[in-house]
Amino acid sequence: MQFGLTETQQMLKHEARRFFPSECPIAEVRRLMETDGAYDAALWRKLTEHGWTGILFDEASGGMGLGLVEMAVAAEEMGRALLPGPYFSTVFVAGALLNALPDGRGALKGICEGRSRATLALLEESACWETGDVGMSLRNGRLNGTKLLVPDAATADLILCVARSRTGQPTCQDRTGGQAELVIAQVCSGAPGVSIRRMPSIDRTRQLYSVTFDDVPAEVLARGDEAQAALDRAMDIATVALVAEMVGGMQRIMELSVEYAKTRKQFGKPIGQFQSVQHQCADMLLLTESSRSAAYYAAYALNEGTADARMAVSVAKAYASEAYREVGNRGIQVHGGMGFTWENDIHLYYRRAKASEIAFGDAAFHRERIARTVVDGRAAQEAAVGSSRSM
Amino acid sequence: MDLNYTDSERAFRDELRAWIENNIPSDWQGRNSAGESMEENFAYLRAWQKRVHQGGWAGVSWPREYGGRGATLIEQVIFTEEMAHAAAPPLANVLGLTLIGPTIIAHGTEEQKQRFLSRILSAEEIWCQGFSEPNAGSDLASLSTEARLEEGHFVVNGHKVWTSFGWAADWCELVARTDASAAKHRGLTVLLVDMRSPGVEVRPLRQMTGESEFNELFFHDVRVPAENVLGAVNDGWNVALGTLMHERATLGAGLHVLYKRQFDRLVDLAQTIRRHGEPVSRDPVIRQKLGQIYAEIEIMRLNQIRSISRVSQNGTPGPEGSLQKLFWSELNQRFQQVAQEVLGPFGQVEKGSEFAFDDGQWAYSYLRARGNTIEAGTSEVQRNIIGHFVLGLPRSY
Ligand SMILES: Cc1cc2nc3c(=O)[nH]c(=O)nc-3n(C[C@H](O)[C@H](O)[C@H](O)COP(=O)(O)OP(=O)(O)OC[C@H]3O[C@@H](n4cnc5c(N)ncnc54)[C@H](O)[C@@H]3O)c2cc1C
Repeated sequence: MQFGLTETQQMLKHEARRFFPSECPIAEVRRLMETDGAYDAALWRKLTEHGWTGILFDEASGGMGLGLVEMAVAAEEMGRALLPGPYFSTVFVAGALLNALPDGRGALKGICEGRSRATLALLEESACWETGDVGMSLRNGRLNGTKLLVPDAATADLILCVARSRTGQPTCQDRTGGQAELVIAQVCSGAPGVSIRRMPSIDRTRQLYSVTFDDVPAEVLARGDEAQAALDRAMDIATVALVAEMVGGMQRIMELSVEYAKTRKQFGKPIGQFQSVQHQCADMLLLTESSRSAAYYAAYALNEGTADARMAVSVAKAYASEAYREVGNRGIQVHGGMGFTWENDIHLYYRRAKASEIAFGDAAFHRERIARTVVDGRAAQEAAVGSSRSM
Repeated sequence: MDLNYTDSERAFRDELRAWIENNIPSDWQGRNSAGESMEENFAYLRAWQKRVHQGGWAGVSWPREYGGRGATLIEQVIFTEEMAHAAAPPLANVLGLTLIGPTIIAHGTEEQKQRFLSRILSAEEIWCQGFSEPNAGSDLASLSTEARLEEGHFVVNGHKVWTSFGWAADWCELVARTDASAAKHRGLTVLLVDMRSPGVEVRPLRQMTGESEFNELFFHDVRVPAENVLGAVNDGWNVALGTLMHERATLGAGLHVLYKRQFDRLVDLAQTIRRHGEPVSRDPVIRQKLGQIYAEIEIMRLNQIRSISRVSQNGTPGPEGSLQKLFWSELNQRFQQVAQEVLGPFGQVEKGSEFAFDDGQWAYSYLRARGNTIEAGTSEVQRNIIGHFVLGLPRSY
């Protein structure tokens, strides 16, 4: 048993740690976040050339076919560098979904080769991360309705839309979602009838949009159970990638804060010598390392398909959602007034922490998911043979 | 990264499992203590350790030449986890096995190893750790128990407190000052003291739980042969530090299995206790809290595997042990509070009443958890260690 990175994984980590901050330094992050879409064509080309757009996908699709632990390694460094723009939604969300669909592979080639960007449109007015609330309707091959909080829609070529397929004439029962079958439909963002509007939000490095579909022709990629299973898989992968990114962000805030605590002097000594400051830093380390353990285990469990994989994802997201915010709280406090300025980088991470906390379900959402298994599932589990040995 | 056991790790586990299945005392199951008194219980645990020793499973991590099994770190974790999974009784000589034995192996002379080690394994001689004093707790190096060398003997005078198992111990790993003129870390020496020596007095010290698990020790002109110095004279700080590192690194090992079992029990109770017309397990606030505790117990397990993997690659346990210690001790306090909220008003009922849950175990655990952030170094001290030795911040004191 060995819970640590292999030599090749270490090499990937070093490469990623070098690549992201040098190709997209924080000054560039700041420039891009003021643009609509936070997208830069030259950066995208570099991401493609170095294979980052293809890390998850097999060689037949034009990718590198790395595993999910490798994905976590890369994502951690992206999060540490605060990589802006549509990479995450293209590769870790839409890409993961296409990869999980038998009919999705076609579109992957364009993503790997850097020709197209994609995003997933899931949330509606209820803003619920489970598909039960999806009401958007697909009728006679056409989409009608509005999706909200869609990441990076302005720069996406392809929008994967979760909807309900309905037949016949519209009735007033449509809105409930009810019986209609779940579908994943693919739309070109440039198609007539698609209108995209910015929803300004806390994390400017990854922008959110409302996307309205007015009788837009769509291609159905999957339906029913197949669609649900692919979504589950993609959401799990995306959640793990996100948690790994969050770990990278925590790591960076901690590094900046510890460095500051060593150099900033008050009362004639470095503020890091004051215990109340020192202990904030110790807690930052505890939160970061604990999130890291959870993130890597979840990546490993998903990759190996262990029985507890979905639980591992929820454990990681439940913990990291609060940990990233907490690390940010402490980081700002350690920096004093400086930590409250626009000029200091911590707020960029703090903003990302809030957006990440919300994405794919916050801590409360995942704690409830855990409870469904460990509280409600316990009676059933008890009946099953043997104790639940961890491995 | 590979979280599967290797073939040899699996073989180790299977052999151990088979042994446990055939040897675990059937009269322990479902209990936390055997017999009415602390002494009766201890005699039981001592007999159990003897059996474990005869089976060849005591001191799994110790080198074979000293009667151990030479197990790897991962195998040690397997050992604690399997014992916990099987709800086996704890081993009586816990301080000897996990802290003091390893310190003797690291610093002892060959004669000392021959004299002491096998009797630690067999629980023939029980050990306690005489470090803390009334005026030296966190600042251990300022201790004032003195040992003066007189004709081949150290003569010890002083007062130790919070000594766990003092009442049961045959031997004590004692830190005493041998050079009052040196800087405080430089003048200390570790002595192995026979608790039956004339002049050793053991007094019970009652804890907030009501028990007297730990003691006060008084030393009046106690004569300790010079050959019982562990390590070099005036190098006691190094020796003691080794013991403390082991303490931080091992005290939490396997604890997640115990927490998880307690957690499962709490969930079962939550399904039977009704409040506002439905089981507490349906209460959304309680569900949130249980979900959080589950996540933290799981993360405690993962942190441990990660740190053990790192130690088995880089050598001895380092200051990172402080992270583990912080995590499990603070988690247990949050956990016990959540347990009280789940159990409601009857959670406070103690052993002896038929209204108590699980014979008062939850009321006891709630109080006992307060000691977790004090024993083996307070949380504040752990954060100092992390701040200074791990993050490189300037020393605060
Ligand atoms: C259940 C239990 C079992 C124990 N078993 C043993 C045993 O077997 N053998 C043994 O030798 N000892 C044992 N101890 C003693 C234990 O190691 C000490 O209690 C502990 O190290 C703290 O010392 P103290 O009690 O003197 O508290 P103090 O050191 O007086 O601390 C009081 C408070 O001040 C804080 N403080 C002190 N110094 C600093 C600092 N530099 N920075 C910030 N805060 C600081 C502490 O964190 C604490 O909050 C046991 C304790 C308990 C609770």
